[in-house]
Amino acid sequence: MARVRACARRCIGTTAVPALPVRLQRPAKEQRQFRARRVPANVSGNSMEYFIQQLINGVTLGSIYGLIAIGYTMVYGIIGMINFAHGDIFMIGAFIALIAFLVLSAVAGGALVLVLFVTLLVAMLLTSVYGWTVERVAYRPLRQSFRLAPLITAIGMSIFLQNYVQIAQGARVKPLPPQIEGGFILMETETFAVNLSYIQILIVVLTVGLMIGFTFLIQGTALGRAQRACEQDKKMAALLGVNIDRTVSITFVLGAALAAVAGLMFLLYYGVIDFFIGFLAGIKAFTAAVLGGIGSLPGAMLGGLLIGLIETFWSAYFSIEYKDVAAFSILAIVLIFLPSGLLGRPEIEKV
Amino acid sequence: MTPRWEEDPVLTIEHLTMRFGGLVAASELSFQVGRDEITAVIGPNGAGKTTVFNCITGFYRPTVGRMTLRRRSGATFLLERMADYEISRIAKVARTFQNIRLFSGMTLLENLLVAQHNALMRASQFTIGGVLGLPSYRAGERRAVDKALAWLQRIDLGHRADDAAGDLPYGDQRRLEIARAMCTGPELLCLDEPAAGLNPRESHALTGLLSSIREERETSILLIEHDMSVVMEISDHVVVLDHGEKIADGTPQQIRDDEAVIAAYLGVPDEELDEIEEVITG
Amino acid sequence: MVNAMGWGERLQAALKEAGIAALITFALICVIIGLKTDIGPDGLEITQRWDLVASGVAIVFVGRLLLRLVVWGPEGQGRGLFSSIPKAREMPWLGKVLGVALLAIAITLPFYSGRYVVDLGILVLTYVMLGWGLNIVVGLAGLLDLGYVAFYAVGAYSYALLAHYFGWSFWLCLPLAGILAGFWGIILGFPVLRLRGDYLAIVTLAFGEIIRVVLLNWYQFTGGPDGISGIPRPSFFGIPFSRGEDGFAATFGLDFTSMHRIIFLYYLILILALITNAVTLRLRRLPLGRAWEAMREDEIACRSLGISTTNTKLSAFAIGAMFGGIAGSFFATRQGFISPESFVFMESALILSIVVLGGLGSQIGVAIAAIVMIGGFEVFRELEQYRMLIFGALLVFIMVNRPRGLMARREPSIVLKERKAIGADLVAQGEGHR
Repeated sequence: MARVRACARRCIGTTAVPALPVRLQRPAKEQRQFRARRVPANVSGNSMEYFIQQLINGVTLGSIYGLIAIGYTMVYGIIGMINFAHGDIFMIGAFIALIAFLVLSAVAGGALVLVLFVTLLVAMLLTSVYGWTVERVAYRPLRQSFRLAPLITAIGMSIFLQNYVQIAQGARVKPLPPQIEGGFILMETETFAVNLSYIQILIVVLTVGLMIGFTFLIQGTALGRAQRACEQDKKMAALLGVNIDRTVSITFVLGAALAAVAGLMFLLYYGVIDFFIGFLAGIKAFTAAVLGGIGSLPGAMLGGLLIGLIETFWSAYFSIEYKDVAAFSILAIVLIFLPSGLLGRPEIEKV
Repeated sequence: MTPRWEEDPVLTIEHLTMRFGGLVAASELSFQVGRDEITAVIGPNGAGKTTVFNCITGFYRPTVGRMTLRRRSGATFLLERMADYEISRIAKVARTFQNIRLFSGMTLLENLLVAQHNALMRASQFTIGGVLGLPSYRAGERRAVDKALAWLQRIDLGHRADDAAGDLPYGDQRRLEIARAMCTGPELLCLDEPAAGLNPRESHALTGLLSSIREERETSILLIEHDMSVVMEISDHVVVLDHGEKIADGTPQQIRDDEAVIAAYLGVPDEELDEIEEVITG
Repeated sequence: MVNAMGWGERLQAALKEAGIAALITFALICVIIGLKTDIGPDGLEITQRWDLVASGVAIVFVGRLLLRLVVWGPEGQGRGLFSSIPKAREMPWLGKVLGVALLAIAITLPFYSGRYVVDLGILVLTYVMLGWGLNIVVGLAGLLDLGYVAFYAVGAYSYALLAHYFGWSFWLCLPLAGILAGFWGIILGFPVLRLRGDYLAIVTLAFGEIIRVVLLNWYQFTGGPDGISGIPRPSFFGIPFSRGEDGFAATFGLDFTSMHRIIFLYYLILILALITNAVTLRLRRLPLGRAWEAMREDEIACRSLGISTTNTKLSAFAIGAMFGGIAGSFFATRQGFISPESFVFMESALILSIVVLGGLGSQIGVAIAAIVMIGGFEVFRELEQYRMLIFGALLVFIMVNRPRGLMARREPSIVLKERKAIGADLVAQGEGHR
């Protein structure tokens, strides 16, 4: 119904005058993305069980946001720019995961765990090539340049990647039937059961595992030291023998790999993707990174969790239509009163 | 005889304390800045000099303390209660910065016109008259340009009025920043290391400029300086800070003989020490 | 160095490089292009398209080889593809000549063009006006605003709703829409006063999205996703462009044609855009405009000179928003229909791209960028689905080669003896960044 209406409207729009040149093909669609899984409508919204269910859903969604947010926060930390294309890297990760999964399950048959594992590896590997290429093509030539230039190339890259996937894979949504079904029933009343599904457990466990691994990587390895050195002072780091180009490249590769994990999780959890999922997910994840304090890894995770929870609870208790407004308003409020985010270092104005 | 800075201070600082978390950058500082005098604040690196400046000009809000500015008209202002731009606009305190902050993409003339913003805003009836092209604005602008040109000539940069400020050599930028601050019509001018990075000739031109400002008896000067020859040559009053505390306060002659000052400077790098010795002995 | 390397070695190095490029290309496209998913009867089906992948890899290999051997030479990336374009700084008359020429073309355009071109002209001029409006905020005041489309929307909806609920005329609503949008500029500007750089960008983006989501969901008031249709068309100062007795054509003794309204709209937006330009140029020479630019250069220095950055920022937001709002209400009356679909983030990004591509703060640059981008879009109309792809790639390409935009220089706002343009390398971009 909605599509028919949209179509009719566009026809009206184009007969009189040329259509606006830049128009996202299906912006109305985004309303459907990232909608928290609805609970049965007959459930009263006040019960404890309902609350716990929303908590579980929120943490799951927050984990996905957190994984994407790490990519933003690392890149911002090291070269101080918003990598606007990161949301689209996530989208590409989801597509690669989808296609790899389809191919692998056709080849390997029923060994689901193996297929998922290989899918994850393939998605991480190929998506990180995208991350590397984006940095190489659009950001590295502008490293010494003014701040606005890489922002514009990032927007250009984002548009390019979206349309690239749309042309290559078509604009229609790609559904994938649920692969990991079942779960635990934690609590049960006559009307409502709190369900903790296996996929939710998988997402949270994987996220926590990656977080621990990453914290170790940043704090304990030479690569992490190089990254932190570049954050502090690029020129000095270069003088001391840190290969800046390589460190920045690796940062993009790692961010893209995490985005690919998030893409696969998103695919498995929601069971449907299209070329437009990157935009909103990207903005939300960036919001999460800023909320947590940009440049801080635990901050990105915390911010992701908060955004996930806020969005889920807002949809569950207030209105699902305004959940994005809730997330964005929280961002604005936090930034105005706590400009360096929750875990970021406060910035003393240098005079 | 009471020194002039106690008799008629333009600025009185009492118990100024500034903490950043656990770090105490200034502690219980009290001193006065005499009207129509040049007061120098000296001290080793990290003594809290710039912090004091930032408190006076409103960029930091002091943790404790009172800073009273008395204008020639007799009006007094408590600087710790005012926003930074109000301190310049109403209390008439202007400043320069340690790392020069010119509008480098704007011409010299534009730099000096921006400094006269508030007068020009009134002349343009807060933009409305200006947009409509009323004659009152044109007259106001002409006055502002004349004032700017007078200052440019005074710092020997009259011929470069249409050049970008960022194109100037370092020493000229320092002087331009002082001229820009003076264009706000200040009663107290705060200079943060005006002679830093200047060669002897430029340094000499600078002391000439500062002395001439003092001669006019309209603007009092408070400056932070590392170059002891400059300090001893032009200042009437020297305040010495170390580790956020005042350790000496008096005329250059008194400071020269002060044991505590010499002791404080003994811990500093050689070249600065040599400078001090040079001043003391010669 | 160049001579030291023999041809054999050069070829070998170039082959190796091209090989790596081809390998990376293969990794990039093998899945996304090579395996297409489609919805079949039993879920997703995969079509293999290895021919496409092979040709893509081959194109990259040969292209890279040729670039290295023929165009770039043995070293470097051969940046500065635009280096043959003269630097604006060396040709101070260029801007003036271009400006006069463009203005002449703009004024005479409807006399020798058909409906399609005039329609396109209206579109381009709308973006020129939006670009000039945003230029005040981003180019002059140095405040990175990623939600400018919000004010465009406020203007459009102001007119649509005022006309819908109260039946007010376009000529009354036009200034009202501007004032309302300016008011929103202040409301949204106030909370972000203390934010710097990218934080400012992301919060303005969030505000833009919030306004759009509200428009989308406040069904009773704004019509939600269905938008508002039947927005009254503008009249010629009270005389409607209709076929009847009291219509424009009959009143002026002309044969009725729908072109009259189009041409009227064209001149209307041309005048609105020129007013925007004139006001901006005038403001630049006033203390307010100079304070904007000074704030872009160094906010702390501004405060030390007694300039209230709060007022200065809010005035930039308000005036920029006002022009956006006026353009919005023009958009509403031209389309006769508006919906939240027209006010997505992409629009903000497009307008910002026009400003940055044109060269921050350069009025003529913004106009040229709008013509290139919007006009270029229409040129690629045939390629329907590829044009956004090309648009994205073009943005990257132009920015990488000309990071300061097409007209990268600053004109002094006041001249004593000699007008000297200031090179972009000296001009800051605001918010204390470099």
